[in-house]
Amino acid sequence: MRAAQALSTVTHLSHLDELEAEAIHILREVAAERERPVLLFSGGKDSIVLLRLAEKAFRPGRFPFPVMHVDTGHNFPEVVEYRDRRAREIGERLIVASVQESIDRGRVVEQTGPRASRNQLQTTTLLDAITEHQFDAAIGGARRDEERARAKERIFSFRDDFGQWNPRAQRPELWNLYNARIRKGEQIRVFPISNWTELDVWQYIAQEGIELPSIYFAHQREVFRRDGMLYAASEVVERYSDEEPFEATVRFRTVGDMSCTGGVLSTAATIESVVAEIAATRISERGETRADDRASEAAMEDRKRVGYF
Amino acid sequence: MSATSDPVTGAGPVASIAAGGLLRLVTCGSVDDGKSTLIGRLLYDTKQVLADQLQHIEETSERRGDGYVNLALLTDGLRAEREQGITIDVAYRSFVTPRRRFLLADAPGHVQYTRNMVTGASTADLAIVLVDARHGVVEQTRRHSAIASILGIPHVVVAVNKMDLVDFSQERFHEIARDLDALAGQLGIRDLRVIPIVALHGDNVVDASERMPWYGGPILLDYLDSVELDDDRAAGPRRFPVQWVIRPMAEEHHDYRGYAGQIAGGVWAPGDEVIVLPSGLRTTVAAIDTLDGPLPQAHYPQSVTLRLADNIDVARGDLLADPAAPPVVARELEATLCWMSERPVQPGARLAIKHTSRWARAILDEIVAVVDMDSLDERPSPGQLVLNDIARVRLRLSEPLLVDPYAESRITGAFILTDEATNDTVAAGMVISATA
Repeated sequence: MRAAQALSTVTHLSHLDELEAEAIHILREVAAERERPVLLFSGGKDSIVLLRLAEKAFRPGRFPFPVMHVDTGHNFPEVVEYRDRRAREIGERLIVASVQESIDRGRVVEQTGPRASRNQLQTTTLLDAITEHQFDAAIGGARRDEERARAKERIFSFRDDFGQWNPRAQRPELWNLYNARIRKGEQIRVFPISNWTELDVWQYIAQEGIELPSIYFAHQREVFRRDGMLYAASEVVERYSDEEPFEATVRFRTVGDMSCTGGVLSTAATIESVVAEIAATRISERGETRADDRASEAAMEDRKRVGYF
Repeated sequence: MSATSDPVTGAGPVASIAAGGLLRLVTCGSVDDGKSTLIGRLLYDTKQVLADQLQHIEETSERRGDGYVNLALLTDGLRAEREQGITIDVAYRSFVTPRRRFLLADAPGHVQYTRNMVTGASTADLAIVLVDARHGVVEQTRRHSAIASILGIPHVVVAVNKMDLVDFSQERFHEIARDLDALAGQLGIRDLRVIPIVALHGDNVVDASERMPWYGGPILLDYLDSVELDDDRAAGPRRFPVQWVIRPMAEEHHDYRGYAGQIAGGVWAPGDEVIVLPSGLRTTVAAIDTLDGPLPQAHYPQSVTLRLADNIDVARGDLLADPAAPPVVARELEATLCWMSERPVQPGARLAIKHTSRWARAILDEIVAVVDMDSLDERPSPGQLVLNDIARVRLRLSEPLLVDPYAESRITGAFILTDEATNDTVAAGMVISATA
């Protein structure tokens, strides 16, 4: 009779708790089914949530995979500081794959001029690091609400031995029965928070009381305006002569390279006020702050096809 | 140029967490019955479409000469889809109301894409089937409803679209509703709701239509907001597939041994008796652990870590269950199969099978019958299964799987088959019955 009694007290999980349970299940599946997974960690809010979910999945044990950052060398210093501190706190192994090293070794050629970005170069560094460490699964924080090509990508996304995504040849993904089987040289990309939205991520960060890099909150910064976006003024981004830097109170909605990540004018200095702003916003995260996705109608699809996250 | 209903105004989704939980739904319809428009409408009217996305589809509509803001463009994902004007693959989209968070699987409706609908339907709590009011119940409607039924989706909503093209005729609507009732009876769909709409203009989607005063039922979004998620999965007998064994072997947790997984059925509490399958060993639950501390009780779909009272051998792929109502330790399965590969399969084929957290090998012993998707009757097997066939088959297993009939559990009754050479997922399976 205990079961019958208990059943009457069962409450439905909140959508955040259900998404969390799904993501934990996904992390345990990839850990169990692949020999050498790696968790990609950028210091951005989505991968910070991934780290918390990995703690939920595997503690009190250790993570069954290392954590890797593809460092363009053009990251915000606050984010790099956060990355190193967080890796120490959780006591897991951090690998830094460096785009600068790829440039120095002649694997990629750096763009020059005010429009130069290392964003595209990350793909080579990522694929080289995957080969070097023989990773067979890379866990990332991409979400289906970010961009339309991502809305069609599987949670366990098969990549051929060139790291390429072929949207026309995706494996059917049924129930929660993920197929991580691959041949040598092939990989799986795994996206545990596929079904989360930007608002879910922020609500989860608030619910869990997770610390974020300071650039996510409103702060004074020297910025300049380009294409209607506000970029951080820094020595890694060359400015046109008419791009005068000025002081503004901004926060960043996404964290990528300084060369392609725009800030938004905001006075939201706490998680609660950021959540309120996100809930009321009328512009998408990538549309507002990511130059890399504005390049063409199929920008993300093209980059994923050649092996981008 | 303006959209066909109110412009984007208001505050958008609220910042507080919706109390109604997460509802997973799948939409099914063929190319011309307005599915993309309906989804665009739901996204637009619940204020999920942001200014830059709206600007993008306004520009595209203008360029294509649509003459109105084509909300269907919101759901085009891939370049090939935009170029060919078709939907190729399942897309997953989120929207939220003050009451509930929704995750929508948008499945293409072409005949050749049955496998996509099966994929989208596998996780759905609710299906929206689109019907064109001019054409009524057609072959596609039967096919989509049949898939919803076979995949065990508890709630089916039929949206009778384009009511404006039949002059908002109550008579026409009731005629279609009668046909649908008959279909629901034939398919054993328990909860079928029929709603007359005009997706293009928003009638009865988010706002009640003044043009159909004779309709007294709920409008679509109100229904989605309020439908009761009476989840069988929490109510069934206790099931816990072990995904991962946590053994830190560090000094502070020297003797810790936890079994991590997602609860697949029932309500669990410390003290519960447990049978470990397939070994048959028995013990009790000592604790339900999470990062946030132990729980007095847990249920589907929570991901937790169970500790057991006795130190017995338990590994990934084992299933913990209620000893009073255990699953079948099965060596042979009778199952419904949806074949999803371009390559046909014949009896005798060897495949890999994944069921919960357990892999085994399977031999396709017999194709008993194939479902005729037009009449929904079974016909004798033609000797092989081709892409999009739905069939009743017998499988022999290399080692036991711990199964329940799919009608009793959409988790412990479901499996996939993969090709051992290519590793592709080639079939979705649902257990009808199992023998030891």
